[in-house]
Parts: sequence; C-alpha cells; structure tokens
Amino acid sequence: MKKKNIFKSPFFKYLVQRLGQFLLVVFVGITVTFIVPRLSPTNPVEQKINQMMVSGANIHPEALESFRSAMTEMYGLEGTVWDQYRAFWGRFLRGDLGPSLSSYPVPVIDLIKKALPWTIGLMLTTTLISWFIGNLLGGLAGYFPEKRWVKWAELGATCIRPIPYYITAFILLIIFCFIIPVFPTSGAYARGVIEGFNLKFIGSVLYHTFLPALSLILVGLGGWLLGMRSLVSNIVADDFVLYAEAGGIDQNTIMKKYVIRNALLPQITGLGMSLGAVFSGALITEIVFGIPGLGQLTYRAVISFDYSLIMGVSIFSIMGVSVSVLIVDLLYPLFDPRIRLG
Amino acid sequence: MKSIFVDMLKNSRPFRFGVSAALFLTIMIILSFFSPYPPNESFLVMDDAPPSFQHLFGTNSRGQDLFWQMTFALRNSFLFGVITAVISRVISLVVGLYSGYKQGVMDRVLMAINDSFVIMPVLPILILLNFLLKEKMNWFIMAAVLSLFGWAFDARLIRSKAMSLRFQLFTDTAVFSGFGTRKIIFREHFPYVLPIVFSTTINNMLWAIGMEVTLAILGLTNVNDPTIGVTIFWANQHQALISGVWWWIAIPVIVTVYVFTGLYMLSISINKYIDPRTRLQRKGRN
Repeated sequence: MKKKNIFKSPFFKYLVQRLGQFLLVVFVGITVTFIVPRLSPTNPVEQKINQMMVSGANIHPEALESFRSAMTEMYGLEGTVWDQYRAFWGRFLRGDLGPSLSSYPVPVIDLIKKALPWTIGLMLTTTLISWFIGNLLGGLAGYFPEKRWVKWAELGATCIRPIPYYITAFILLIIFCFIIPVFPTSGAYARGVIEGFNLKFIGSVLYHTFLPALSLILVGLGGWLLGMRSLVSNIVADDFVLYAEAGGIDQNTIMKKYVIRNALLPQITGLGMSLGAVFSGALITEIVFGIPGLGQLTYRAVISFDYSLIMGVSIFSIMGVSVSVLIVDLLYPLFDPRIRLG
Repeated sequence: MKSIFVDMLKNSRPFRFGVSAALFLTIMIILSFFSPYPPNESFLVMDDAPPSFQHLFGTNSRGQDLFWQMTFALRNSFLFGVITAVISRVISLVVGLYSGYKQGVMDRVLMAINDSFVIMPVLPILILLNFLLKEKMNWFIMAAVLSLFGWAFDARLIRSKAMSLRFQLFTDTAVFSGFGTRKIIFREHFPYVLPIVFSTTINNMLWAIGMEVTLAILGLTNVNDPTIGVTIFWANQHQALISGVWWWIAIPVIVTVYVFTGLYMLSISINKYIDPRTRLQRKGRN
C-alpha cells in the first residue's frame, strides 16, 4: 500500500491556506496603520504635540523630547518611505510600541497588559454565555417552530438584535441605577476593596460587572438565536433529515447528530470572529460603566491626546482579531471531519 | 406593487411596525428643514426643561430644544448611513459579481483580500484616522472609509449567487451571443442579486450609523453637527443622568431603538416576501 503524502492531504492544504490568510491580514492591518498617519497633510507628531500644548496638558519636557524622537522614529518621516516601513515592522515584531505620552515613561504595552484582563474577562464570559444560550434556544426554535415560547423568544430576539450594544447599556443603566437603584453606576469594584484573589474582591467585581455583562449578553443572544434558528430550519428541510426521519431514527438523535452538528459549523466561525472583537466589542460599555479595560484606556488616550497609546491599541486589536480567528480556524477540523478527511 | 404593499400592511405586523418607523423618520427629516432654531447654536431656549407641550422632548443643559435637535440628528445620521450603504453596495456588487463569474486566479486574489477585510477590525483604524484628521474630517470621508470596510461580507453573499448563475443556461446563451463580461454581469446577473443588495442595505446602514455613534461618544467626530451620537456625547459631557436631566439620554436612546428596530423589521419582512424559500418553508412545515 502506498503511504499517503501528508503534503497533499486536504488538511494540509487547509492549514496552509488559513496561515496564509492570517499573514495577509496581519500584513494588511499593519500596513494600514502605517499608511493612515501619513495621509495626514501635516506631520502628525508635531501636530499632536501642538495640540497638547494648546490644550494645556501637563507634560514633562523630558517626556516630550523622548516622545518626539520615539514617534519620529516609529511613525515619523525620516528616511525613505521604505526605510520607515521597515523600521515600523521592526518595532512591531519586537513588541515595542513606544512609551505612553500621558503616563510617561510607562510603555504602551504595559498599559495594555494591565487593561487587558478586564476586557477579556468581560468579553470572553459574555460572548461564551450568549453564544451557548443563543444557539441552544435557536436550535430548539428552528426544530420546533410551532411552540408558543418559540414565537415569543423570536419576537424578543428580533426586537433586540438591531439595537446597538451601547444603547442596551444605557437602558440598563437608566433602569437599574437611577429608576430602581440596585446596581452601582460605575467602577469595576467597590472603593476600598483591595485587588487580589479573595472572595470579597471577586464578589465586588461580579456585583459591579453584572449590568455591563448583562447588556452584552442580551445583545449577543438575539443574533445567535436568530442565526441558529434559520440555519436549523434550513437543514431540517434537507433530504438527509427526511431520510433519517423516514428510517425511524429517534428525534433526539436526529436533532443532536444530524441537525445541530451541521448547523453549528458556521456558528463556530462566528464565535471566532466575535471573540476577536474583544477590543471593539465593549468599548462604549466600558466607558459607560467605568470598567478599566481597553475601551476606557482608548477613551483616556483620546482625551489626553496620547497618540502612541491609540496607535498601540489599534495594532494590538488588529493582532488580537487575527490571532483568535486563526485559532478558531485551526480548531475547526475538530468539528468538521470533512476538512480532516477530505 | 400597490396591492402588495396593502397586503403586507394587512398581514404582517413587523411590516406595519417598520413602516411606522420609516414614516416617523421621514417626517422628522422633513421637519428638520422647518426648524425654528439653527442646529449648531446653543442657549436658545430655557435649559433643562423636562418634556412638555412646549418642548416635546424637553430641552438640554446647553439650552437646545431636543425635539428639533433630534430632527437634525436623524437627518444627518440617516444621510450618513445611506451614503455608506450606497458606496459599499457598489463595491460589493462589482467584486462579488466579477469574482463569482470569472473564477480562477482573479477570484482567488479578490477573495483573499475580501476575507482580510471581513476579519479586519474597522473601529481601531477609524479611531486612529479620526484622531489624526479630526479637523479635516467630514462625514463624507468617514462614510467612504466605512464603506471600504463594509462591503466584504456582502460581496461573499453576492459571489455565491453569481457562481450559481454562471452555470445556468441563459449565461451560456449570452456568451454565445457575443456578450462581453461587463454586459453579462450587469445586464444578466445583476437583477438576480438585487434582493441580496436590498436586504443588506438596511443592515449596512444601521451598522454605519452605529459606528458613527461610537466615534461620536468618544468625541472623535465633529461634535457641532448634531447626529444621534453627538447628542449622546453632549449628554455624557454634562453628566445628564447624574444631574437628573434623564430625558437628554432617554430621548436619543428611545428614538434609536424605535428607528433601528423598525428599519430592521422592515428589512426582514420585505426579505420574507422576496425570498421564496422562507414562504415555502412556512407552508411545508405547518
């Protein structure tokens, strides 16, 4: 028997394709962040420095000098465009995003690292919860379209789906913090509670992040539910399901092994994409509820004209999205044997 | 056409709701041209007055009548959404139809670019752009940038339709009658993908308006031209909720929910009508 050549297997081809896509996205993303500041008709570095001076921001002169040299090297206009481009990549690959301007000399990367756990914690839990519940309900709704609760769930989902996430955040804020004040208006934990791995801190965090989490879950839920319902209702009408029904396979098996497994595939890709949206997913939510994550970091950066911080967050979030999409792509063959076996 | 409209009004509750929201939007946009107050000026009326007959939506801490402010906001936000949707529809149509019809190397290159744009997060790039060009940024440029990111997903949908059209008899007939690529794409295939274009337009518009709100809340757009986002921005700046001017936040929130949900319902109810599969499905499974 001839040994199978691994380099010709469909799985290998899939892998190469996905990796290529990943590299392309990173390349395009970094190139765009390189080009954007150069579209500005004036030197962005000097422009920002002027703006800061005018606004009367309190900046250490030493910070300013260091900022200027770092920024000119990184985004500035020294040397040919090609040289600049290479230097830009060099910085990026070393993970050196320069010092933050508003809290000099702390490197941008450190600020991001500090904010990241909050954002990831909030987004990861809410995305997974809404994905799980939404697909469960959506699957049931697609399989039993005549049930009474299904119609109500569908109506609710359709109403809530088009509403932007921050509007939901505002609604919850108005209702539960001002009309019926049961939840705190802002902050990720109560004042005076010391950060650390103890029950008091965790409890405080959970209490403070309940509303923002709820607003994100509600918004996500509608989309997953409607998506799954329409996927399932299409698959249910497929011939192989009809055949299985005619063959007398019991309903639970059909639903689990025939319908849900097939319908879940696009939803898994979708999960990867929304996990990638860690940065943009909760930007306003974090600002509205005062959670010290990436969103608030961005907000602070915008207010204090912290150019390097904004740049850092942008690059970081492009990387975040592409890496998480890549991870989901690499896990995909586990769920879809067609890619594994060809 | 008229009878279809009447039928849908009679039978479809989401459609009725959608039409009411569209009507509300149209009336507000028309009213904006008759506003007694200029949109960019503040301290024209008594500030912080709650909603009353004189000031339907109340007034804000900047001394502006919120009702008339909302007419301008809706007009600007709606226009912004329409421009974005139109530009990005054009891109996704050209790429999707061409890529689906031509196949081969061009298709693969275009789809690789397309997939990159699907994944790429637009918000950080927009924040960067607005941060740098704030003074020179107008919303036409912003709409153009948004459309550069908003076409990709829908181009995929159009491509998959175009791919199936390619193998139909009428395409062969057209080829043998000596039609060029452009003619086949736009004369023969274009009408078939129109439903997709239509159904994605409203979603794209809502997405664009939502993006504008996000940037405005960050204070990155021109905060003198009223839009839905700018209204919320000023309310946040003046800490409207804490100082008890709740209607300043509540009004844009309620209006947004109504218009967004309404337009979305409109799009899905029209979709249900256009897409015969959903009609068949309902009949088959009842």
